[in-house]
Amino acid sequence: MTDASTALSSTQSPEAGFGDYVALLKPRVMSLVVFTAFVGLAVAPGSIHPMVAFASILFIALGAGAAGALNMWWDADIDAVMRRTRNRPVPAGRVAPDEALAVGLALAGIAVVMLGLAANLFAAGLLAFTIFFYVVVYTMWLKRWTPQNIVIGGAAGAFPPMIGWACVTGGMSVESWLMFALIFMWTPPHFWSLALFMKSDYENAGVPMLTVTHGRAATRRHILVYSLLLAPVAVAAGFSAIGGPIYITVAVAMNLWLLRGALLIARRTEAMAELDRYRIEKRFFGFSLIYLFAHFGALLADRAVAGMGVW
Amino acid sequence: MGFAREHELHRRRFGRNVGIGVVLGLFVAVVFGLTIAKVSANGPAVVEGFDHVSPPAQGAAQ
Repeated sequence: MTDASTALSSTQSPEAGFGDYVALLKPRVMSLVVFTAFVGLAVAPGSIHPMVAFASILFIALGAGAAGALNMWWDADIDAVMRRTRNRPVPAGRVAPDEALAVGLALAGIAVVMLGLAANLFAAGLLAFTIFFYVVVYTMWLKRWTPQNIVIGGAAGAFPPMIGWACVTGGMSVESWLMFALIFMWTPPHFWSLALFMKSDYENAGVPMLTVTHGRAATRRHILVYSLLLAPVAVAAGFSAIGGPIYITVAVAMNLWLLRGALLIARRTEAMAELDRYRIEKRFFGFSLIYLFAHFGALLADRAVAGMGVW
Repeated sequence: MGFAREHELHRRRFGRNVGIGVVLGLFVAVVFGLTIAKVSANGPAVVEGFDHVSPPAQGAAQ
């Protein structure tokens, strides 16, 4: 007789493939973390050895991945109910919850210690706080308790450029706080537009998203209000030491587009959205991703141009 | 005892082992690279003098 486990079909098997462990680290979220942390590091005043810079970004990404694994461990019950997340490794049964917890804790420890050794203790402390904030404050506490979950929890996603900045400078400054504020204010309209077209997913899972607790009309108004608050913050970064002509041009254009989209969403009723299958909301969500990449890309471009001595 | 036939499960297990091996190899490479970067940035005298006083010739060379 062959190995007893061969009797199991691939879908029944508890054996996870390597890809399942990669999926546990939320690679798409990680790509955003890598990019924003890299920009924070690149635009910071001072110099850093390329190898130290590479290792720092790597361990910041690893820390974000660890937070993602811990989030999946805790939220497996919610993820199993929602269409968007039910195929994640833990709810799909490919990775055991205890295994996700172990992977998350181990990688979090490695990431923080290694960032401390590679860059400095301040950056490592900030990374540890970010993981704590995402896992304990957002995932365990806010997410199931208040419709403000996305607003406050968004801080966790806003820390990476500050950590990148801290890797070079060993501290924080107005510029790093402006980068933090940009992501912090961007998060609510981004996720609320997703919640609008994910329909009953959050409701079924019992997550008190704004769409569930205050209704869709209120969510539409909130998207507009937060977009109005986001625009000046985004443009203001252009007038700080990290800004420049490219960033200001991109920020003004992108924020006018953002406000137009938010206004369109606020004016729409559910009946109108149902008619075109949430086309405007889906477009706004897609645009919001480009919005963030464009802002940080522009910061990088201004830095590169300034480095060449053009202005 | 060998397996009579290859199963998808074995392929997955092999893939996982190879993946972890590659990750560990990369981790060693990163630690090595960091060590080289730190030593070359600080200079050998600082590294040598980590737990004792550097010889005068190296101290002066800094």
